[in-house]
Amino acid sequence: MTVGLTRRRFGQGLGAVVLAFSLRPGLAVAEGEHLPGSLDKNRALDGWIRIDRDGGVTVFAGKVELGQGILTALRQIAAEELDIDLERLRIVSGDTTQTPNEGFTSGSQSIEQSGAALRLAAAEARAILLDLAAARLGASAERLTVADGVISTPEGGRTSYWELVGPDTFRRDATARAAPKPADAHKLVGKSLQRIDIPAKVTGGAIYVQDMRLPGMLFGRVVRPPSYGARLLGIDEAAFRRMPGVVAIARDGSFLGVVAAREEQAIAVRNAMRDAARWQNGPALPDAARIHDHLKSLPARSEVISEKQGPVAAAVQGLSASYTRPYLAHASIGPSCALARSDGGRLDLWTHTQGVFPLRRDLAAALAMPEDRIAVHHVQGSGCYGQNGADDVALDAALLARAVPGRAVKVQWMRDDEFAWEPFGPAMGMSVSADLAADGGIVDWRYEVWSNTHSTRPGRPGGVALLAAWHLDRPLAPPPPEIIPRPSGGGDRNAIPLYDLPQQRVTHHFIPEMPLRVSALRTLGAFANVFAIESFMDELAAAAGADPVEFRIRHLRDGRARDVINAAAAKAGWKPGRHGDGTHGQGLGFARYKNHASYVAIIADVAVDRASGVIRLEKVVAAVDSGQIINPDGLANQIEGGIIQAASWTLKEQVGFDRKGITSRDWDSYPILRFTEVPEIAVELLDRPNEPPLGVGEAAGGPVAAAIANAVAQATGKRLRDLPLVPARVKAAFA
Amino acid sequence: MAEIVQITVNGATHRLSLEPDVPLLYLLRNDLGLNGPKFGCGLGQCGACTVLLGAEAVRSCVAPVGAIGDLPVTTLEGIGTAQNPHPLQRAFIAEQAAQCGYCINGMIMQAKALLDHKRDPSDADIRAALADNLCRCGTHHRIIRAVRRAAREMQS
Repeated sequence: MTVGLTRRRFGQGLGAVVLAFSLRPGLAVAEGEHLPGSLDKNRALDGWIRIDRDGGVTVFAGKVELGQGILTALRQIAAEELDIDLERLRIVSGDTTQTPNEGFTSGSQSIEQSGAALRLAAAEARAILLDLAAARLGASAERLTVADGVISTPEGGRTSYWELVGPDTFRRDATARAAPKPADAHKLVGKSLQRIDIPAKVTGGAIYVQDMRLPGMLFGRVVRPPSYGARLLGIDEAAFRRMPGVVAIARDGSFLGVVAAREEQAIAVRNAMRDAARWQNGPALPDAARIHDHLKSLPARSEVISEKQGPVAAAVQGLSASYTRPYLAHASIGPSCALARSDGGRLDLWTHTQGVFPLRRDLAAALAMPEDRIAVHHVQGSGCYGQNGADDVALDAALLARAVPGRAVKVQWMRDDEFAWEPFGPAMGMSVSADLAADGGIVDWRYEVWSNTHSTRPGRPGGVALLAAWHLDRPLAPPPPEIIPRPSGGGDRNAIPLYDLPQQRVTHHFIPEMPLRVSALRTLGAFANVFAIESFMDELAAAAGADPVEFRIRHLRDGRARDVINAAAAKAGWKPGRHGDGTHGQGLGFARYKNHASYVAIIADVAVDRASGVIRLEKVVAAVDSGQIINPDGLANQIEGGIIQAASWTLKEQVGFDRKGITSRDWDSYPILRFTEVPEIAVELLDRPNEPPLGVGEAAGGPVAAAIANAVAQATGKRLRDLPLVPARVKAAFA
Repeated sequence: MAEIVQITVNGATHRLSLEPDVPLLYLLRNDLGLNGPKFGCGLGQCGACTVLLGAEAVRSCVAPVGAIGDLPVTTLEGIGTAQNPHPLQRAFIAEQAAQCGYCINGMIMQAKALLDHKRDPSDADIRAALADNLCRCGTHHRIIRAVRRAAREMQS
């Protein structure tokens, strides 16, 4: 068997109904063969599935719930393949003591990686049980049927998963040889089942790490330096030890924290110590007004990531433009939180990290403990949208827990901790130029992007990625920044256009030096690259005298790409050749996320008030192809959310800073889109039941920004190339 | 100095020894073990901590316990339970009006205050009532639909 054996190939020729499928002997996994999704690195079948004595089934996933509904979707997949009722299925996720290591829950990959693994593992578990049933019932496996875990022969013989399973039944490596059901046999997959986590979330159930309470639990807070690189010169710790409720003051170099009996006491001490501490300031930050010039002036590792040379028609005109995006904050509604208990050389940690195993690696390095003495358990938190303070506060909690052995300590960051210290989505600059032939076709495309890394997540060798580690008396430096490999990429994510162009050259300038702390924010570089590419496509279409929809279609051979653009245009009532009336405009943006995941086309309607500079986003239409749909309503929820968040980035958001530090530290200085500002949204899902399912959480981001800018350009004739499109900038364009 | 604070929450009266300037949020979460109101900003800007004080929606993160007086406090837990949900809670489930859900306490409590004095709000009314409640996941439309659905259900 070769690499890349797909579900579809398995499914071929199996017919509409697969009642049972026996594992065929002799189909062992070849040496060096890769298995699909996360199964490849986690092959133990009993690491994924357990048939419980109580009549339930437990599945284990390394991916975690971030509010995206993944646990609901994974349950649908597993219950589907196992042929059991959903109610029987438990799911355990993100726990270093129990689950497979699936790295991070990021990049809209959970359905692809965890979903593929669970689907195959469940299908294999079912096939093994059917073989056992066949032996017990004296019937061939092909004649058995399964209903809610009960296996029957046509003659009335019956047994069940729970009767058949033994302690070693699944103690073997997965082979991925049992064919999952074909799409047309699905009863659970493809349905809008309700999320399992929502009832608790709307009734005050204890579901977040913030809601955890352990016996004798104490509360911790940390005093952060006033700026990056500032050093704590001195503080009279004794004075603060006498404040009400204080159990411990923890200081290690410039790391300063308090543990108190009550939460408000910890906060009061934190604030008092912040005001009293003497700090030596760190190096000045660059000039915020010239940040993109500054970034471009820094040393860069430049690489041509795509080059195409070919015979081209003669160019009759050339265009060029530059675009920017600012630093963006994750801006989680709930500040990051963790709970830790340190006891006899062991550490238990409850966290809303996106990766329990990578976090454990960095905690072990920071605390000089062996990894097997640390247990990291995922519990939900506020939405993160990438790397917010979740991992950092875990180390804070661990350090404070060490100061009070045997006592659990809950630490939640304050609002300004989160805004000032979370790693931001990096500022980026994009320059593009292109030539057009007489027929309006693009004959040459040259694109450059400048960016820091888009991931400084924990789990990498060569340092510790957690904030507090950098402030210790013997500081542990962060590992050097790395280029995220293509095809997914980081700053160069979606930098290569999906369009079929005869000649192109795309250059990624990777800037190692990071003036502001940065890491992964939903979409990584794709948001800015798609904004630039799709804005420029409209600029080229205008220069060619072409309609933006037609202009894109003409440069796209990929049928699924053309389909989403046409679907969005039809749904939005797109009229070729429409001109803005000075106020109202309609704009298109399109991308295939990462060039290998979901296709999204967005059409935005805007109204521009020239006097105030306010852009009112009236309506957003989306057409989405994410392959096979597992849960249509969950998918729509992710798309709607992605649209609103991207609209907020586009219209309102930028991290503020001056020479001394971060100045956007609350919701007044970092405004996001409000109820009174959100657009009407219509989403069309193009189901492709025979294509692999693709994640969609990030796919709408870039197209939304471009669609808005293109709509503003159509409305007013003004092209805005620097994000965000805030009123001052819009007014300046008309001045 | 700590004082004896008497406070009625979800119909039960409690007497606690507390500094009067302690924000109500910490009493609710840590002394009474309630999960509904959430710490979001501590500044009264985001709405995650919203509770009802009498009939008014207030930000419990900036409301000192000493200023509550005799007005009863109602939290998310006080309007309904998982077994017996309030029409708003039922509507939020029916509309799947949450992603991470951290803001949802505030959305439901703010909407409760709206529906208590306006039985049939327009979409514009709902948007205006929730304008100071922040949602980062972008679940706004589902929240609006859920409030509308609850209003319909409560009228019938």
